[in-house]
Amino acid sequence: MTHRLKPNGRRVVPLLIFALLALVPAATAIGADAFVLSLVTRIMIFGLAAMALDLLLGYGAMISFGHAAYVGIGAYSVGILSSSGIDDVFVQIAVAFAASGLFALVTGAISLRTKGAYFIMITLAFGQMLFFLASSLAAFGGDDGMTLPSRSLVFGAPILKNTVVLYYAAFICLLGFYALCRAIVASRFGRVLRGIRENLVRMEAIGFAPYPYKLAAYVIAGMIASVAGVLLANQAEFVSPAYAGWQRSAELIFMVVLGGVGSLHGAIIGAALFVLLAEYLSRLTEYWPMIFGPLLILVVIFARGGIAGLLKAWR
Amino acid sequence: MTPTFAFIQILNGLQFGMILFLIAAGLTLVFGVMDFINLAHGVQYMVGAYLAAAFTAWSGSFFIGLALALPAALLFGLLLEFLVFRHLYDRDHLDQVLATFGVILFLNQAVKLVWGAEPLSVPIPDVLSGTIELSDGILYPVYRLVIIGVGLGVGLLLYAVVNHTRLGMLVRAGATNAPMVAALGVNIRLLFTIVFGTGAMLAGLAGAMVAPLLSVEPGMGDHVLILTFVVIVIGGIGSMRGAFVAALLIGLIDTLGRFVAPSVLRAVLDPAAASQVGTALAPMLIYLIMAGVLCFRPSGLFPMKH
Amino acid sequence: MKHVMKTLGMVALVVTSGHPAAAQEKLKIGVLVTLSGPPAVLGQQARDGFALAIKDLGGKMGGRDVDVVVVDDELKPDVAVTKVKGLLERDKVDFVVGPIFSNVLLAIHKPVIDANTFLISPNAGPSSYAGKACSPFFYVTSYQNDQVHEVLGKVAQDRGYKRVYILVPNYQAGKDAVAGFKQDFKGEVLEESYIPLGTLDYQAELSKIASMKPDAVFAFMPGGMGVNLVKQYKQAGLAGRIPFLSAFTVDESTLPAQQDAAVGLYGGGNWAPNLDTPQNKKFVAEYEAAYGKVPASYAFQAYDAAMLIASAVTSVKGDLTNKAAITAALKKADFTSLRGAFKFNTNNYPIQNFYLTKVAKRPDGKFETEIDEKVFSNYGDRYAKDCPATN
Repeated sequence: MTHRLKPNGRRVVPLLIFALLALVPAATAIGADAFVLSLVTRIMIFGLAAMALDLLLGYGAMISFGHAAYVGIGAYSVGILSSSGIDDVFVQIAVAFAASGLFALVTGAISLRTKGAYFIMITLAFGQMLFFLASSLAAFGGDDGMTLPSRSLVFGAPILKNTVVLYYAAFICLLGFYALCRAIVASRFGRVLRGIRENLVRMEAIGFAPYPYKLAAYVIAGMIASVAGVLLANQAEFVSPAYAGWQRSAELIFMVVLGGVGSLHGAIIGAALFVLLAEYLSRLTEYWPMIFGPLLILVVIFARGGIAGLLKAWR
Repeated sequence: MTPTFAFIQILNGLQFGMILFLIAAGLTLVFGVMDFINLAHGVQYMVGAYLAAAFTAWSGSFFIGLALALPAALLFGLLLEFLVFRHLYDRDHLDQVLATFGVILFLNQAVKLVWGAEPLSVPIPDVLSGTIELSDGILYPVYRLVIIGVGLGVGLLLYAVVNHTRLGMLVRAGATNAPMVAALGVNIRLLFTIVFGTGAMLAGLAGAMVAPLLSVEPGMGDHVLILTFVVIVIGGIGSMRGAFVAALLIGLIDTLGRFVAPSVLRAVLDPAAASQVGTALAPMLIYLIMAGVLCFRPSGLFPMKH
Repeated sequence: MKHVMKTLGMVALVVTSGHPAAAQEKLKIGVLVTLSGPPAVLGQQARDGFALAIKDLGGKMGGRDVDVVVVDDELKPDVAVTKVKGLLERDKVDFVVGPIFSNVLLAIHKPVIDANTFLISPNAGPSSYAGKACSPFFYVTSYQNDQVHEVLGKVAQDRGYKRVYILVPNYQAGKDAVAGFKQDFKGEVLEESYIPLGTLDYQAELSKIASMKPDAVFAFMPGGMGVNLVKQYKQAGLAGRIPFLSAFTVDESTLPAQQDAAVGLYGGGNWAPNLDTPQNKKFVAEYEAAYGKVPASYAFQAYDAAMLIASAVTSVKGDLTNKAAITAALKKADFTSLRGAFKFNTNNYPIQNFYLTKVAKRPDGKFETEIDEKVFSNYGDRYAKDCPATN
């Protein structure tokens, strides 16, 4: 069995993941908890943001510690536009793309001048800057955040109100951007990016300047994460500066590493584990981070390559 | 702003800067010499404050409490090093960020479990509880001057050790090129342990020193942690001098920004709105400066590595 | 160790949930409060106060066993929304009690109300839901947030203070505090100082206060911010020189850390541990015996929230299918509040007395707020008039 699958092995795990995700609403229809739907929607939203981050971590070796900022930009695009009466989800996504792309272009252009730990810290700084900016938007709730008047409209129809529709909206976004990321990684651009990660000197020697490639990846990853923000705002029907805080950025990194850096679908597994662990451990005891924290340490020390790595070894 | 008022704000900024320096000194050493990103440095500061509070309550004297808290903070730091950090030195930054984030999660809850969620209190020792009258009716607490003094003292001591002892030479060499130092036959493990222990103790000292000023509560290290990272990155990772300069810079900007930003905005907004927008924007100032510094000097003001 | 034991007890209480009970269906109440980060102490007070009430009720309401599910909102709005959806969709709770903070309430109000479930706030009382947006599914056992600030504004006015310096955190509640204070205070406000959230050091503001020499300071600095401010106020030599009027800054959740520095400082509120009603005496004694600390308003308001729910469930004889009947029963507020006189306004926020309180050290060495004078009698909030009577 495993032998026969081996040539396509790389596709099996993602295929399983998406098949499983596609079937969740059916399971709830025949009696499983309705809450599962909200929970898995949340998993897909964070999975999308984490996958975008994986594009940087896993393929460009850029450790961004401010990726939650882009989720924040997406969420605030929805919040600000819908509070001024622009409810159409496609307009909101377009604005989110433009805003996050611009922010990523400017901050990335500066950040990529630095290396290593300095890069981690400067992305953190830009993330915090955005966090404080969001907190100062008194007209849009400031620190408190703001309730959305309603979820976004699709072609003028309020279909996202339905949790199953919202679920599949998140699913389609995740699937679509997964396919896009796969295509990017497999393209010439992706190969150059990986080449820069593996051996910068050699890539430069054969005539590739790393800077534009890295910057382009940084902008793409930011724009994809902003879609997660658009979805998160719709799911929670609330927008808050907390979406862009540094703890959230750390959580996104955790999801990527837990699932396995540089595999894209690993980020989805990581997000699932993170959301489920946080949900179920916190019902066990209010001191759940005391279990969660050591778990994190153990994963880092013992499970190199994350869950995706384990799956690969097992296969 | 009257001159006295401005002077007081500068003193406040210096005092805050000194606290940041105490924390940043250890972090920048560990970062520079061991190439190890320790997000848990902030919770070590928190643990220092809790230890000081516990020992002070137990002994009834702040000084005994402080004297006990420092070695306890050192031991605690070494324990963390043994249990967790030791396994991360040869890992990449990503693994280090994550594992130490796990330590933060654990310890923020652990202190709550041990000491409860209520903030703890440490009274200022009587000898230091007085105030100095700067001008008519304007008092300045002696204890804050003591903090400035302690910060300066530690700064001088570290400067002397780093620049004029064999140990300091190794530390500087380690910050520039650690593999080379190891290759030359220096016991790099021992050096790491000394550096790490010093860092943990300094963070603990900072926590113990602020315990009488601030409420000792779970999560108190998180905010400081980020500021400390800003400090060492602006200063240049591994540079003690950089940490000192940047800590004072950030301390002053953070304190003065809260007053200057609103007064500048008052030119265009009404006073209440100016205060609101100004205080919201002031924290951004620090990050703007950091971005500005790194834009022109990508390795900080006093870069160590070449 | 004490904490460990208590946690285990709590775990036992929480873990009992999960799957629908087989036999007689239990009444389910979800408690959503902040249990992590620095403000965890407030959430613990509310949780413990609520648990104490359930104990006093013998674990039953209207003849039905009560199952309490406690969840932590982590003070993150999106986490709170997920947690509350878990309470509604998985645990299928009949009532949600919470939260502590207004910003969390803003996030969870819509999902709870949209699910036609009753939401009882044991603390947060923002103006957002007191006026036009009032709802028959939303009740507050604390106060409308502005009212506490109005108490201090009234006191400042009555005592003839002419020049006041205001210190509040820079967020919506801070702005509401200023508006509330100015409601009755007609003197000069020297400065409205908006402090970034999480500020640790107030020396800068304190030196400004020292140089301006106002007649009084009005401060709204909840939680750890209040601890720092009060300690530093004393250290700067201002305590005793300039009267300190405050809201949510000195209470039993912060006094263990503020201690002597807070003695003599004023606060405002709808209650204090020494309020002289027989129920309250019993509550305070029981709470101190059970948890080893003096209860703060969060504990008492959560206790009242449980009693309110119990009164409604009893009045409909445990039958929760008729929501209109429950609404009618809740509106009647047919229970004896620990604070004495209590009834709901048209917007389901309380009409009650407000007091000026003062921090004192008790003979047993613990600190508490004590009632100094009554400032408002049977006082309702000013938003209720916008609430449609049909709610």
